[in-house]
Amino acid sequence: MQVDIKTSDIRPIRQTFSNVARRIGGDKPASRYQEATFDMQPMVNFHYRPMWEPERELYDQRRTAIQMADWYALKDPRHFYYGVYTMTRAKQQEGADRQFEFCEKRRLIAQSDEATRESIVQVLMPLRHYEWGANMNNDYVCAYGYGTAVTQPCIFAAMDRLGIAQYLSRMGLQLDGNQGSSLSAGKQAWLELPAWQGVRRMMENLFVTKDWFELFLAQNLVFDGLIYPLIYSHYIDKISPATGNAAGMLTEFMTDWHTETARWVDATIKTAASESPANAEQLTLWYRVWRDELARAIEPLAQLALGSSGTDVLATIRADLDVRVGRLGLVARVATGATA
Amino acid sequence: MSAVTARPAQPVFIALQLNDLTRSLVEAIVADNPHATVVDYPAMVKIEALGRLVIRRESVEALIGRDWDIQELHLSLISLSGSIDETDDEFCLHWG
Repeated sequence: MQVDIKTSDIRPIRQTFSNVARRIGGDKPASRYQEATFDMQPMVNFHYRPMWEPERELYDQRRTAIQMADWYALKDPRHFYYGVYTMTRAKQQEGADRQFEFCEKRRLIAQSDEATRESIVQVLMPLRHYEWGANMNNDYVCAYGYGTAVTQPCIFAAMDRLGIAQYLSRMGLQLDGNQGSSLSAGKQAWLELPAWQGVRRMMENLFVTKDWFELFLAQNLVFDGLIYPLIYSHYIDKISPATGNAAGMLTEFMTDWHTETARWVDATIKTAASESPANAEQLTLWYRVWRDELARAIEPLAQLALGSSGTDVLATIRADLDVRVGRLGLVARVATGATA
Repeated sequence: MSAVTARPAQPVFIALQLNDLTRSLVEAIVADNPHATVVDYPAMVKIEALGRLVIRRESVEALIGRDWDIQELHLSLISLSGSIDETDDEFCLHWG
């Protein structure tokens, strides 16, 4: 008897969902990111208005001054949906865990000198509270924002901030031999140390900023754009040798994360700014106000972290940020001879 | 004995499992090799080209939005023909 093995080629009737097909120009295979993002948020047929804001719909475009013809233009260049996001972070977590184990085994942080340990408590530990604030702000953008393209990466960013706060906590626990005393000392510094009060006050101002796109810009572009280079580049470079480079190793995630996340933040701002001159103008206005206020608030922290060179370093970081937003279609400086 | 003459270019091919990443790979390959033809099979895609076929890391990265190690290609690779010339930036199939 002879057995013939035949292959039969079964073609799917449709390559993707109709809503995705309409967006990508025809019925062709779509990426998981596209299928898990486009049109996920309900847009019509809301039955009831929210009791906490009866003049608006549950999802409402009018919660920000920014206007977009299509909110799904604000795509994430990293193509993060749940699957890719969790796999990427799990991989990074594995690497970071190994760094933490290494530093603990060699007691690198614990054996560094008194001045360095004190500096870590005063400069790095209070950042746990900064990260929590940033978590709240990204949660807010996710809750009140419009369209899954922008709200989805915000909740990922919010989770990242908790992760970063945990890395800082673990660093503190290595510092005080799992006593937790450096964490409480860090909280005390956040609440009482004069150098932190500007940052804390601005964080609280962000908590009551109503326009979600303004909050997105203030937190993710400006606040992070100033704090991250200041702390995770300049400050860590300064103290890392005294800790046997443990400080550099244990904050590697933060450095990588900021570079990666900046791509998404930049793409979002750039797309919104190129949508219309009105958007670009509004974003520019917000940028200038927040940059000036936040830079002023961070200055005492820069001095605490870097001593007398802090002010100059912050000025350089601020100038770099101006260049960065210039590429996004915002005008960082007032034109005619006036100083920004 | 006859002189060595230039042979007509022979086709090279690469066959990949069809998955989410491969779709971007195929898109990148077709963009970089306009002379390539794509043949779909069940759960597989075969790309043929006369003479030379190149996969560029940069083109793939631009499409998938993350860093991509060209060695990741092997995770979806079913079969290929041609001499292989690989660097960190390019994976090239050719005859000759």
